[in-house]
Amino acid sequence: MFDNVWLIPLFPLLGFLINGLLGKKIKNETVIGGIGAFAVLCSFAVSCMTILKLLSLPGEERLANVKVFTWMTCGNFNADIAFLIDPLSCVMIMIVTGVGFLIHIYSIGYMHGEEGFYRFFAYLNLFMFSMLLLVLGNNLLLMFVGWEGVGLCSYLLIGYYFHKKSAGDAGKKAFVMNRVGDFGFLLGAFTLYWFMGHNFNVWTIQFTELGKNAHLLPTGGVVTVITLCFFLGATGKSAQIPLYTWLPDAMEGPTPVSALIHAATMVTAGVYMIGRMNFLFIRSPETLMVIAVIGACTALFAATIGTAQNDIKRVLAYSTVSQLGYMFLAMGSGAFAAGIFHLMTHAFFKACLFLGSGAVIHSMHHALHHVHSHDDAQDMRNMGGLKSKMPLTFLTFLLATIAIAGIPGFSGFFSKDEILWQAFANPHHGQLNYLLWGMGAVAAGLTAFYMFRLVFMTFFGECRITPKAKDHLHESPMVIVIPLIVLAGLSVVGGYIGIPKLLGDLFGGIPNYFEHYLEPVFRLSEEYMAEHAAHGVAHHSVALEWGLMGTSVVIALIGIGIAFALYVVNTSIPAKFTATFPALHRAVYNKWYIDELYDYVFVNPCKALGRFLWKGFDVVVVDGVVNGVAKVVMSFGGIIRYMQSGFVYDYSWSMAFGVVVILGYYLFK
Amino acid sequence: MENLNSYLTVSAILFSIGTIGVLTRKNAIVIFMCIELMLNAVNLTFIALSRYLGNLDGQVFVFFVMTVAAAEAAVGLALMIAFYNNKESIDVEDVNMLKW
Amino acid sequence: MDMITIPAVNMTPIMPEIFLSVLAMALLLINVFVPSGQKSYIGYISFIGVIAAAVLVGTGWGMHVESFNGAVVQDNFASFFKMIFLLAAGLAILISDQYMVREECNHGELYPLILFTVVGMMLMAAGTDLMTIFLGLEVMSVSLYVLAGFNRENRKSNEAGLKYFLLGAFSTGFLLYGMALTYGATGSTRIADIATFAAQQSLPSSNVMLLAGMLLMITGFAFKVAAAPFHMWTPDVYEGAPTPMTAFMSAGPKAAGFAAALRILLVSFSTMQADWSQLFWVLAVLTMTVGNITALRQDNIKRMLAYSSIAHAGYCLVGFTAGNPTGTAGIMFYMLSYTFMNIGAFAIIVLVGKKGEPNGNVMDFAGFGFKHPALAVAMSIFLFSLAGMPPTAGFIGKFYLFSGAIQKGYIWLAVIGVLNSAASVYYYLRVMVYMYMKEPTEEFDWLQVSAPIALSLLISVTGTLVLGVVPSIVLQYAQEAIKLI
Repeated sequence: MFDNVWLIPLFPLLGFLINGLLGKKIKNETVIGGIGAFAVLCSFAVSCMTILKLLSLPGEERLANVKVFTWMTCGNFNADIAFLIDPLSCVMIMIVTGVGFLIHIYSIGYMHGEEGFYRFFAYLNLFMFSMLLLVLGNNLLLMFVGWEGVGLCSYLLIGYYFHKKSAGDAGKKAFVMNRVGDFGFLLGAFTLYWFMGHNFNVWTIQFTELGKNAHLLPTGGVVTVITLCFFLGATGKSAQIPLYTWLPDAMEGPTPVSALIHAATMVTAGVYMIGRMNFLFIRSPETLMVIAVIGACTALFAATIGTAQNDIKRVLAYSTVSQLGYMFLAMGSGAFAAGIFHLMTHAFFKACLFLGSGAVIHSMHHALHHVHSHDDAQDMRNMGGLKSKMPLTFLTFLLATIAIAGIPGFSGFFSKDEILWQAFANPHHGQLNYLLWGMGAVAAGLTAFYMFRLVFMTFFGECRITPKAKDHLHESPMVIVIPLIVLAGLSVVGGYIGIPKLLGDLFGGIPNYFEHYLEPVFRLSEEYMAEHAAHGVAHHSVALEWGLMGTSVVIALIGIGIAFALYVVNTSIPAKFTATFPALHRAVYNKWYIDELYDYVFVNPCKALGRFLWKGFDVVVVDGVVNGVAKVVMSFGGIIRYMQSGFVYDYSWSMAFGVVVILGYYLFK
Repeated sequence: MENLNSYLTVSAILFSIGTIGVLTRKNAIVIFMCIELMLNAVNLTFIALSRYLGNLDGQVFVFFVMTVAAAEAAVGLALMIAFYNNKESIDVEDVNMLKW
Repeated sequence: MDMITIPAVNMTPIMPEIFLSVLAMALLLINVFVPSGQKSYIGYISFIGVIAAAVLVGTGWGMHVESFNGAVVQDNFASFFKMIFLLAAGLAILISDQYMVREECNHGELYPLILFTVVGMMLMAAGTDLMTIFLGLEVMSVSLYVLAGFNRENRKSNEAGLKYFLLGAFSTGFLLYGMALTYGATGSTRIADIATFAAQQSLPSSNVMLLAGMLLMITGFAFKVAAAPFHMWTPDVYEGAPTPMTAFMSAGPKAAGFAAALRILLVSFSTMQADWSQLFWVLAVLTMTVGNITALRQDNIKRMLAYSSIAHAGYCLVGFTAGNPTGTAGIMFYMLSYTFMNIGAFAIIVLVGKKGEPNGNVMDFAGFGFKHPALAVAMSIFLFSLAGMPPTAGFIGKFYLFSGAIQKGYIWLAVIGVLNSAASVYYYLRVMVYMYMKEPTEEFDWLQVSAPIALSLLISVTGTLVLGVVPSIVLQYAQEAIKLI
């Protein structure tokens, strides 16, 4: 049925091989970029065929394991190179290849003239290959191969501008933090494999087999340990507390990389993994609670930091961390479909935002370069007024911003609202639900604030670079703009396939297609949860749901309003007034005074908190702990190293000591 | 059998003396002689056991050990000479260029 | 005293050994008449000899022939390991030529010595009598002492040879004493007879002589495979020895040590598995940790790889601790993978090195990735494999070893192993960072790739990747082999 599915990862692999081995000789950028993009386009085409075939099947038959060849067997251990086709993996391959293809197209324009153009496309294709392996792999080991592979590509691409020391360091940091997570993943996989085999004689690492036998597993206990290990893996890959600090640093990489790897696809691998193993996670209420709490904390925490950043990409990076927090909040609330839905809409609007910011940076960079200015092309304080210079970029960026801010009618609203509602209404965490919802709602307000702050500072007001440079600002070429338009379109309409039930009923019973589509994957888990819910399924009134939805929208609007007041009203208006009407200066001054007070009371503490969390907690504590452990280990290495004195008699002492201890222990025990 | 025990004890003592010699001596040749002492202690053990068990394997083993010891001596002394040519010493205190 | 019966002699099981010994002796004689500029031909002949021996070993696959009154056997277990030794020797011969010419060494004797080493290792793997194993071990060791100190003009090489010799002979003392005690306890030196004896005991570990014998033998083998605390010779010897010989030593003899230890412990002492597993648990943890932690602080790349080889021995000991088919087949698979990836990495080090090896430093790899992209990619593959990253052989090997331990319930051991391999990424990655993320400090003008080295790199890269992607083609042989001992 799905015999040709192995083609999906194969095309990017071929692209990688061609560009990696011959790219240096080809030299022609169009050819190299074309090969890279075409490979992904082929994958996308096959993915489309696959999902169409899948949809033509009745719901309960939408599951297939396609074995390519036996990878290894040993005793009762068996691992195949085999792909799992089900609604979940199909939606993922659609996102990965679809968004991936657009970003490949964009990269042809963005990376134009860069040294090592072929290297970039080779890595990008290798990433696509690994990511597709991760998503399609039908067993833990194959998923892990993809998991490691995407980490490797991320490292290579972050360090793409290797001559910048910060880029190299950021790459290394990402790699090390990911390894911490990988360790958790492996540990969880090992324990699961052993536990299932040892206790129930089910020696398997295949997802469907594991799922079929999950009913043997107890609730809590070992399952909590296993799932927490897996979740540690997810925190590393998906940049959650405490392993998130690599992601903002990862912005050292080229912008398309940030869009593809560090926003749309790779960082969502952790969410996907939890969705894939939902049968496991639901059997540990403790883990679900940890996931929900960490998700909500990350969503809020990263959003506060986002408000204090001036680097355009860093704002988006913290925003990504925050949005990933939402997805984990959904997963932890048992609302797997909602989490995956947000994963999808987020892929659209965040990719659009990153690519838009890339277009802005690109343009700024050229303009500044022209006048030999060394101002930072990524600093929003140097931008402003780009609306008229780059109208298409502005428009797409604005649409994506509205989507992420959760304004009704745009995709982000549907998915985020669903998550918030599930966080409130799920039957797992009891009273904690109110807190989780509150954190999510506040984070939604902050999201709206910092995103519009970004838009206002970048596109509105006066242009703050030198007038000479200003003349060199211009709209990007079509190869960059078209992906933006497509993504912006998806950010707007992408949400309509998953309209929450409440709204669907309002408009004449439109079903939530997306949830319905994913139902075969999560149905067993949902039934299980309904039976075992810790706090009983609460029945909330429709009015309450409307109320909460309204509240979150109002909070978002307040956020936008504050951003408008602070970054449009107070910066541009006073300046104009001072210049044209000196007589009114005093009045303006007064207004300024009120704003200062306002700043003092509201914005500064918030900013200070954000800065504190960023500089203090983020840099000192989190980095400190990670680096501290590394330092301790290193200094151990230093000590043991000097035991290796170079003298033969010391070595023979060590041997004799070993012999005496071993003999002594065994003979006198 | 008391007789066997005393042979084994003597060889164990010889083996220990050899070991301690390796650990404490600084001259490479003396260290090598101590290792030879250990090997001969093992030979004594083999002979005593062979005799006790009434089985010739142990004695055959001793021939091999002696052969091997001779081969080792040849190679070992050659290595020491090569080292001496470069460093004018075979004190293991001076064999200390590679470390850490 | 009974009469000595002349055993029925069937030469088939040791045909490869006989062939290689005769070839090596002949080459030693021929070498005298070869002018000093043409010594490379001895190497080429040896390489062909190695291939011929591999064919001999290969044709014997699947047969089970005992000979010399049960002192030597030809079985799949032995053949699998013999292939590893021949592979290690072949690759080592290929990378020696360029190095030895550069160092202006008279390298005619080098190749016969490598062949003798292989003969010793083969006897270790094929021996089913403590005597044969001891002889094999000594033939191997004595040749290795010479190989380590082969560069007579170089003080470091002298020192490596001398240290290896003194410590190796010391460890031989313990090994022999262990064999003597085992002989005393069981009345035989044949592995099968020892097994029969141990199986008859209700509680074999209460037999002090047998227990002590086993433990002392384990210490002897622990020295050969460089397990902590018997590992301390390794970094010094590996650093000082000529680089191709370091490569050879890190793969072949280590595999031989595992082969002999596997046969003795799995056959003779299978009833005492609880005892030796416990010991190997501790040795494995110590070995992995010491190797990896110390490697973190090394700048000399040979020394770093020496410590890393200690760590790799530790991973194999994890499989040993498990002692089940998965774990032990894992050891065989891992030693094969390690031969490919480690000798490959050393081949690159040979290439980057200059005469007298002034630049064995990690920093000397700065910018290597831009000057020689193909070589750098090869090096990256080896390093990834050493670090245990998919889709390379190192990943599959480690996975097997650890899953063997997990099947036996040694979860913590596997955890420590995974943690260790996570830490190891740091120092392997460091080399990659220098290759790809630093500006070159000097030009790599001197760097020439001779045809033999290119061939060895090709074999190593192919092996590392093929074993990573389709490991089952080799694993099934390893499993067959381990079943039959």
